[in-house]
Amino acid sequence: MSIDPITLAVLAGRMEQIADEMDATLFRSAFNPIIAEAHDASHGLYHAITGETLVQGKSGLPIFVGVMAFAVKAAIDKAARDGDLADGDIYAFNDAHLGGTHLSDMRLVRPFFRGGRVFCWLASVGHWHDMGGAVPGNYNPQATEVFQEAFVLPPVKLVRGGILQQDIVDILLRNTRLPASAQGDLNGQLGALDLGARRLSALLDEYGDETVAAALSALSDRAQALTRAEIAALPDGRWEAEDFLDNDGITDTALRIRVALEIAGDRLRLDFAGTAGATPGPVNISYGTAVACVYVAMKHIFPALPANAGVMRQVEVAIPPRSLLAAEFPAPTGGYTETILRMIDVIFSAMALAAPDRVVANAYGTINALSIAGHRADGRRWVMFSFYGGGHGGTPEGDGLNHGNAPISTATIPPAEILEAAYPVMFRQWALRPGSAGPGRHRGGLGAVYEIEVLEEQAEAFLFGERGRHPPRGVAGGGDAALNRFSYESGSGRLTPPMASKMVGIRLRRGEAVRLETPGGGGYGPPAARDPALVARDVRLGYLSPEAADAAYGAAWREVAA
Amino acid sequence: MTGRLMIGVDVGGTFTDIFVLDEATGAARVAKVPTSRPDQAAGFLAGIGVQVADLTQVATVVHGTTAGTNALLERKGARIGVITTEGFRDVLEMRRRDRPRTWGLRGNFDPVVPRDLRLEVAERVLADGTIRQPADLDAVRAAGRQLLDRGCAAVAVLFVNAYANPANERAAVTALRAFWPNPHVSASHEILPEIREFERFSTTALNAYLQPEVSGYLGRLEAALRDRGFGGEFLIVQSNGGVMAVDTACRLPVRTALSGPAAGVIAAAHIAQSAGIANVITGDMGGTSFDVALIADGQAALAAQTAIDFGMVVRTPMIEITTIGAGGGSIAWVDRGGLLTIGPESAGSDPGPVAYGRGNDRPTVTDANIVLGRIDPDRPIGGGRLDVAAARAAILAHVGRPLGLGLEAAAEAILRVANSRMAGAIRLVGIERGHDPKGFAFMPFGGGGALHAGALLAETGLAMALIPRYPGVTSAMGCVIADMRQDFVQTVNCLTAAVDTPALSALIERHAAEGTRLLDAAGVAFSARSRLMELDMAYVGQTHTVPVPLETTPTPEAIEAAFAAAYLRAYGRLLPGGVTRILNLRTAVIGHRPKLDLSTLAPDGAGTVTPRTTRKVHVGAWHDAAIHDRLSLPVGARIAGPAVLEQPDTTILVEPGLIAEVDAFGNIRLTREAAP
Repeated sequence: MSIDPITLAVLAGRMEQIADEMDATLFRSAFNPIIAEAHDASHGLYHAITGETLVQGKSGLPIFVGVMAFAVKAAIDKAARDGDLADGDIYAFNDAHLGGTHLSDMRLVRPFFRGGRVFCWLASVGHWHDMGGAVPGNYNPQATEVFQEAFVLPPVKLVRGGILQQDIVDILLRNTRLPASAQGDLNGQLGALDLGARRLSALLDEYGDETVAAALSALSDRAQALTRAEIAALPDGRWEAEDFLDNDGITDTALRIRVALEIAGDRLRLDFAGTAGATPGPVNISYGTAVACVYVAMKHIFPALPANAGVMRQVEVAIPPRSLLAAEFPAPTGGYTETILRMIDVIFSAMALAAPDRVVANAYGTINALSIAGHRADGRRWVMFSFYGGGHGGTPEGDGLNHGNAPISTATIPPAEILEAAYPVMFRQWALRPGSAGPGRHRGGLGAVYEIEVLEEQAEAFLFGERGRHPPRGVAGGGDAALNRFSYESGSGRLTPPMASKMVGIRLRRGEAVRLETPGGGGYGPPAARDPALVARDVRLGYLSPEAADAAYGAAWREVAA
Repeated sequence: MTGRLMIGVDVGGTFTDIFVLDEATGAARVAKVPTSRPDQAAGFLAGIGVQVADLTQVATVVHGTTAGTNALLERKGARIGVITTEGFRDVLEMRRRDRPRTWGLRGNFDPVVPRDLRLEVAERVLADGTIRQPADLDAVRAAGRQLLDRGCAAVAVLFVNAYANPANERAAVTALRAFWPNPHVSASHEILPEIREFERFSTTALNAYLQPEVSGYLGRLEAALRDRGFGGEFLIVQSNGGVMAVDTACRLPVRTALSGPAAGVIAAAHIAQSAGIANVITGDMGGTSFDVALIADGQAALAAQTAIDFGMVVRTPMIEITTIGAGGGSIAWVDRGGLLTIGPESAGSDPGPVAYGRGNDRPTVTDANIVLGRIDPDRPIGGGRLDVAAARAAILAHVGRPLGLGLEAAAEAILRVANSRMAGAIRLVGIERGHDPKGFAFMPFGGGGALHAGALLAETGLAMALIPRYPGVTSAMGCVIADMRQDFVQTVNCLTAAVDTPALSALIERHAAEGTRLLDAAGVAFSARSRLMELDMAYVGQTHTVPVPLETTPTPEAIEAAFAAAYLRAYGRLLPGGVTRILNLRTAVIGHRPKLDLSTLAPDGAGTVTPRTTRKVHVGAWHDAAIHDRLSLPVGARIAGPAVLEQPDTTILVEPGLIAEVDAFGNIRLTREAAP
């Protein structure tokens, strides 16, 4: 059945609203701040047979926009094998090799039945606070198998014909350090799915199943048409870019990520041949994550594209088998964020060669998952876990944003006062990091400095970060940003991790602190083209020292300043 | 001597609206004049002058103002300085590590206080209120002098954890006030003693940024009123929908951020309640946006904070207004994927729709209403004559041809998509928060909303639309109606089981005493006074709280029970065995003002139900629609669609199948014709 363009426009908005509302419900009711504050979660509607993304909420984490389709497909495959799919079932799992991303993400996948058949799937994913494993918060930079990262749950029926399987809930709650938080998040995700099903039923009652199905298929076609138009406007050709991860946390060897961007007419191809092979340490990603990451890069380069699978029909992604970007079970994937951030960086760097006005310079490129944990005087365990910000890349229009969130995320950072009220820590510093931006006609945004002192007798810190050896790159002639830097106090001295930005089991005593200095963004355009008045302003505001300004831009700014 | 007139003045972006009430007779008069720029005072006084020659007759002037909002949006506040905790100089600039838009990684942010005017001093309070390091007052004084030397007109003291113990901040502002040459010295605990440093610092800094500007503007206005013989009270509408005395507004200008729109919602609540309707969703359709607010059981929903612009967060209770970019000036276009889209680009009111002939050639929602005959091209709001041919050509070129539609179909398509977006906003604030649409009425105000009321009823399932007698001056009317309200907050942060109830009661009393003092000082007569208490509560581990109504002398058990009820209402399920926590106490002290009797606004005399004329109007097909003069319709008049009811400040479309009825207050009730 075909659908008139006006009904299509109306239904597009209505269905997006359903997914948005599922997001909002979980954000409000979740127990852990990674979902509630950082919005590390996502919801959507997925194709009945293929699991492809049909509609996804606008407020969830960008990386999930592509990766959820793989999670739904895993549930579809499981249902096909078992042959027992029924109305009212909900699958739950965190297995990253089946569903993408990492084991911290709990996926709930629910078939939506109409007239005895699956009309589509609804799914909810959220980053839980703790899933067991060797390290609180599950960012274990020394893991060599998933089993050291977290408890692994394959797709199982958490809800069977509308009945919650308490046995499975009991297993889940026994395998986390923070069962109350897990129970709260699980409730929130179930609530979001309930709400999505109710809203979708009402919509289908109002418009009829056939009309809505036709709209869903037309929306994919439209996304494809939009993508085709965007790509056709770019020049044809082939461009290459490469960058490196510092190491895999096990061996201090740089890991290459390389891409060749090919544009031919209205098709675009990204070939990652030349990328390092799968590694023992946890910077591997699954194939699904790699494809989803390309989707995120496309959305940043072409912000008008809608969030559905039609976009990827014009984009071919070639991932070398058994590479870092297509690791197989049980290779650890806990640090997936670092690897996909680097994928986005190389895609941007390659695109900057093809069409410099379409992209921005590299952002800070690491999430710096830092957890500090210990026991209070009364024996209660505490785990403070957060991601930290850095600078965005310079843009064709202006300087990059100071202290932004990662391109794969829309996460906000919890306020220092909330962290200090909840955990026995004190921030000595929470500030911009002068000199951290890459120079350029439009410089990068500044990274940040966070220095955190422990107020209890003792604690342990864990860090999973990157960009400690290879800085965020400038584009179009812009310069690189500063490296990520981490140090901690121990006795009388200040130490740094042997793996630059990855370390477990850092022992801290009362009064000792860790210090994280994050990269800024890369510069856009040649530094020599920067207006000296802007350099003078940056010096006046303390964004960079006079000496650093001379080194990057020459002395012309001194005349303006005088 | 003071007189018997009450005047509400709402200064909007385009028009300044005046609502004059004679308290003795109940008679009301309205006026609309262009807003003057840059100084809004001229238009303010001119507007009053249209209706009131002698200001000695005026008892009260109540002002809904956008002066604060505009100063924020246009970055026209004062040069101010910040003195803050060592290590935290950049909080205002770092925000909560967000970005302007999810996709594209573009856009930047300049805080209202540049980095070189943010100075650090040694001091530190811990989260439990312990003073780890007292404030270095010599450093505070030196920083203050430095900021003065550099031309700062106001200073804000922003110390970490000041919500938990304000001693260091208090000492610092005392030291500064000893030599600072004006009253513009503020500390974050005075403005918002609530946890979350960015939100508290931002609200305090924006307040300081506005103080010189807004107090200057309000001072000039008050002086001009007094010069003309005004001897009554001058009050300002706050974002929470209550009024405050002008000196409070000068101290807390950040509380005026949504002054005008809030007054409109307050008026809507009163109009609806007078008409016997407790549940309303309001829709204010302007040139660039559609603003929706929810009134349940006569009470407007409040939001805890808003962002005036990216990174400019104001946290203070305010009427919750949801805005979408679909107004009369929103541009209709077909994207590269073939989808008809409305906005976000808008022609606003200048250059405005194509038919205005002021240089815009892309079709707008208003152009669609014009070519379909729903707006009279010879008598548009604001006067003049409209270029229908140009509107037709634009719709055909930009929507009709790309989609293969004829003129009428293309125009109807524009309205359908625009209505669908507006209906989405109505669903978002109402239905999706658990309210049943059948129990709600839609109240359009502003110039454009009443053209879309019928379609929105059909889309959302709302039972009826209630169109006030003067929809174009609703905010000005709200100024006259609004109660006086003072809000207070204090972070408590404890487990419910361990709450110190005597201390909580004492805190409530402290808030109440301060509120009462402000009410008494305003010199306004109240018909009654009341207070509302709420706790922000959550399960331990959650960061989002739910508001829980509180008794004056609470017990932990009663608080737990009230939390369970509120949580269940919000989320549908409780956490068995969950431990709960109290984050904040909120207290509102309200002085109720005598209510305007709206029946005095109703049409008197016989009036006429005879149409002024007929016109071709397209709703699905061309109809010969009766055109009525709305203000001439008598109470009880019943008009069946298709019809158009016209008045100077709005146009009401009665679609086929709908009935418009004039109620005893002069409102139009728009309902579906009963099925035969």
